[in-house]
Amino acid sequence: MFIKQLSVFIENREGRLEKVLKTLKDNNINIISLSLADTSDYGVLRMITSNPEDGKKVLKDNGFSAMLTDVLAVKVEHKAGELQEVLDIICKAGINVEYMYALATKNDDATIVIKTSTAEEAALLLQKEGAEFLTSKEIEELKSV
Amino acid sequence: MIWNEARECMSREDMNHLQSARLRKIVDRVYHNVEPYRKKMQEAGLEPGDINGIEDLHKLPFTTKDDLRDNYPFGLFAAPQTDIVRIHASSGTTGKATVVGYTRKDIDVWRECVARCCTMAGLGRDDIIQVAYGYGLFTGGLGGHYGAEHLGATVVPMSTGNTKKLIDMMIDFKATGLMCTPSYLMHIAEVIEEMGVKDKIKLKATINGAEPWTENMRMQIEERLGIHAHDIYGLSEIMGPGVACDCIHHKGLHIFEDHFLPEIIDPKTLEPVAPGETGELVITTLTKEGIPLIRYRTKDLTSLSYEKCECGRTTARISRFKGRSDDMLIIRGVNVFPSQVEAALLTVDGITPNYQIVVDRVNYQDTLEILVEVEERFFSDEIKALEGLTKKIGHTIQQALGLSARIKLVEPKTIERSMGKAVRVIDKRKFDN
Repeated sequence: MFIKQLSVFIENREGRLEKVLKTLKDNNINIISLSLADTSDYGVLRMITSNPEDGKKVLKDNGFSAMLTDVLAVKVEHKAGELQEVLDIICKAGINVEYMYALATKNDDATIVIKTSTAEEAALLLQKEGAEFLTSKEIEELKSV
Repeated sequence: MIWNEARECMSREDMNHLQSARLRKIVDRVYHNVEPYRKKMQEAGLEPGDINGIEDLHKLPFTTKDDLRDNYPFGLFAAPQTDIVRIHASSGTTGKATVVGYTRKDIDVWRECVARCCTMAGLGRDDIIQVAYGYGLFTGGLGGHYGAEHLGATVVPMSTGNTKKLIDMMIDFKATGLMCTPSYLMHIAEVIEEMGVKDKIKLKATINGAEPWTENMRMQIEERLGIHAHDIYGLSEIMGPGVACDCIHHKGLHIFEDHFLPEIIDPKTLEPVAPGETGELVITTLTKEGIPLIRYRTKDLTSLSYEKCECGRTTARISRFKGRSDDMLIIRGVNVFPSQVEAALLTVDGITPNYQIVVDRVNYQDTLEILVEVEERFFSDEIKALEGLTKKIGHTIQQALGLSARIKLVEPKTIERSMGKAVRVIDKRKFDN
């Protein structure tokens, strides 16, 4: 159900984001989706990539603090209100959304990457309600499209 | 005006005679009342009878802040607790504070010295003096207060914090004197200008100390406010503010030699420097009862001049301070040792992160920033957790130093290394002129 998200700490100054991207490029790691949370001093770059384990290793080798986190990638239809319905399920159970961002595929549907306060519980709830998840295997395939 | 002409204008011969008599007495006192001093003297093969006068001073062992720490809290006191009427404390090099005790007579000497300083600044019993040093364990507030009261002035115990109220009262009370740190004075000047009330203040003179400042800064503030700004020196171990002060000629700080015997040594060889040369100031308290200090290494770098001053005083003058011979920083009047920051960071999660202390002076106010490298164990994909970490570190530092610091998270391995060792302190303030 869960996929691995690669996160990295970057200072909010010129060239740091580029250095992360260069490191990933040089090691042939493909970024499928990303979100950047910023503060005045620093930011957290969160990415869904091919080979997240390798991604973490190369970033570490290049002096960055990086980590892998389990996140859910929920498939939603390209329709008004679809995303709200997903959140409704989570919210009613008193679960907080820590962050979320969109992941685009070539298919008609969209995917939402989501991290909640209680990951396991949210996953089971969504599954019960018939939600579909994008799997690590599908992500590997996306890369080769 | 001179508060105590008999003492402040003594001939060199009389002064040396007085100092010698007092030195013999104080050496006798510590030898018989303070175990650590007796041991040190015995190790050096000395007995009180070997010290006949100031010419024998060099034979005595030095005392340092470490001696105060090792004998925490009252181990160096030379008076029984019944006779101690006050305790003050300042930062030690590690978690433990440096504690000093005063007898009633010590408080009397202290207020006498501060009254001498106020008189040097042209203040007297007709003046209204606001004391805007922090009141509490810090010696500034109460030291200034007792001295100004002894002078006979009307004392307003403002303490620090509410600048607008201070200025309002300065105007309403027609206050003519002010005691505070130089950086706080700069801040007060700014607020006075912002409020557009410069023509309403009646301030004549300020007495400022507890942190280093430049001659330029002093002259600038004099011009800005149309006042006389005086530099007062002191350290809690010796007494507090009032060990020395500059007169209206501003050519060095007159040290009250009848109570404090100064020497200048080379901090490396520990030998006296040639007359007039710069070195570390060493002070022997000649009259202190609570905690007399023999050859106390202040770690402050300066030089001494024995020339008679235009004001008529004959006491030796300390030149403007040229820095420290240890790693102590003085930030907003608070003594800070990098080791304290390190100890505080250690308590955050048991491992000391790589850090760097950056001190600067922006608009005449000291700023303290602590850079902390975000190693993997601190990192989180959630901003909330990172902000929590920043807050926790900030709180720990505030608790440890009594100073607020801006905590900045930086990437691993970004703090400057010098020969493989991280550079722990960057002080961007300029004090040399």
